Amino acid sequence: MPDNLMRIEVAGENALIVYLGDALSPVVADRVRWLDQQLRERLADQLIDTVPSYASVLVIYRPDRIRMEALQEYIEEFGRATSEPMTKEEGRLVTLPVWYGTESGPDLVALAESNGLSLDEVVRRHHARQYRVYAIGFAPGFAYLGEVDEAIARPRLATPRQHVPKGSVGIADRQTAVYPAESPGGWNLIGRCPVRMFDPLAAAPMPVGVGDRIQFEPISRSEHLELGGAP
Amino acid sequence: MNGFRVLEPGVLSLFQDAGRLGYHALGMTAGGPMDGAAFYWANRLVGNHEGATTLEVAQGGLRLECTGDTSVAVTGAAMPLKINGQTKALWRSYRVAPGDVLELGHATVGLRTYVAAAAGFEAPVYFGSTAVVRREGLGKPLHAGQELVCGASTDTDWALPMDQIPRCEATVTLRVVEGYQVSEFSAGSRELFYRSAFQVSPRSDRMGYRLEGNAVAAPAGERFSEGIAYGAVQVPPDGQPIVLLNDRQTIGGYPKLGTVLSLDCWKLAQCAPGAKVCFEDISLEAAQAAVEEAAATREATALKRSA
Repeated sequence: MPDNLMRIEVAGENALIVYLGDALSPVVADRVRWLDQQLRERLADQLIDTVPSYASVLVIYRPDRIRMEALQEYIEEFGRATSEPMTKEEGRLVTLPVWYGTESGPDLVALAESNGLSLDEVVRRHHARQYRVYAIGFAPGFAYLGEVDEAIARPRLATPRQHVPKGSVGIADRQTAVYPAESPGGWNLIGRCPVRMFDPLAAAPMPVGVGDRIQFEPISRSEHLELGGAP
Repeated sequence: MNGFRVLEPGVLSLFQDAGRLGYHALGMTAGGPMDGAAFYWANRLVGNHEGATTLEVAQGGLRLECTGDTSVAVTGAAMPLKINGQTKALWRSYRVAPGDVLELGHATVGLRTYVAAAAGFEAPVYFGSTAVVRREGLGKPLHAGQELVCGASTDTDWALPMDQIPRCEATVTLRVVEGYQVSEFSAGSRELFYRSAFQVSPRSDRMGYRLEGNAVAAPAGERFSEGIAYGAVQVPPDGQPIVLLNDRQTIGGYPKLGTVLSLDCWKLAQCAPGAKVCFEDISLEAAQAAVEEAAATREATALKRSA
């Protein structure tokens, strides 16, 4: 990766934030994933934690084990290494079933009307393409997926809901996500997914990680219930 | 069994260890003690390792009955401490026996105390940590009737020398290491930020402290959500800064002008709504030197035998 695409800023007395691009793109997301992996593998003992996101990685380090200047040099080195043809390690493909409809998706009608599409067309366009996990955050297991077809993009609700049911599938602008737990939220809800997105007691607490690809697959209400989804 | 029975849980009492580190990529927050210094001393006073599980008691109202010999120390905000009705000093350890009742009243200045017991409290471990984060469903606050298990009493009672005891204040100045989007803030809005006194909003909690005061103009424009460091100062469009603390969301999209020096975060975390907060900038080099010096001072501090 050309160096001029990487910008490093101070994020605290023991933290640096590395910006790897300024557009939402699979290329930038690859760089984020690569840098995060390199840091976690090669500097595990020096780092407290990292936070990969859309176009940046926050690096929090142990000042008793590494100095900021040295960390910065490592980051620049890892960055340079990716200027070679990138070791293109594709994320996994994860299929998530979704019960679409007006019962499970209280905003489906409004979204279809505001965007001039039929209900079926909104649903079809939502599961017609694969998405990429760009970031995980906000809450444990909340995966930001992008990007949805422009024709079904819609801004967040003017007033967020107090209670969004667990498993709800929503759209905010060109992002889509599955709510891992009941929470407040302002995304446009179009369906519900029976897969548990976060299980604190499981060996693998999340079915998806940053860089994975997601394919939604429409299911019926009864299939949703059979798969353990909330009615 | 060495330990206590909870007679009254208080307003909000949570198990806290050093925090849940290494899981931000799953969206999990760090948790851990809001007042890291008080947490450290509470553990050291009863001979524990640095990250042993304590009780973080917000606002007070906790009553515990000892069910088996142990040692206990309370540090942090000046909450009145009584053992069997007798007023006792904070920042020192005591041996307690079955039937002894430990009681924490309500703080006049400061908000949180730490109760450490010998060997630390046993608590459920989630992702390598006992830190309770209610928002994430990891652990629960204390409840009446709960049995708390810890270790046997230590041989000696210890006290922190008076001149080493941190004091909570109703007006605090926090040092800020500038960073993140600071260069996007206008010179005028940065200047306003540093010369303003803000008030702690009642909508402050373990996640973050919201401040009210002069509106600090934040740079406009959309930006991608990005990782939030401990102490980050974010400025939403309304210009009212929010300092993000232990239970912060892992990523967020508001512009940030820097990060409160970790050594100062406890001062804010001990502020009740209405407290006054000012900021001053500190260079990165000075901030790093201050952190090193604080660690060295802490190492060099010897506890006093108190009994």
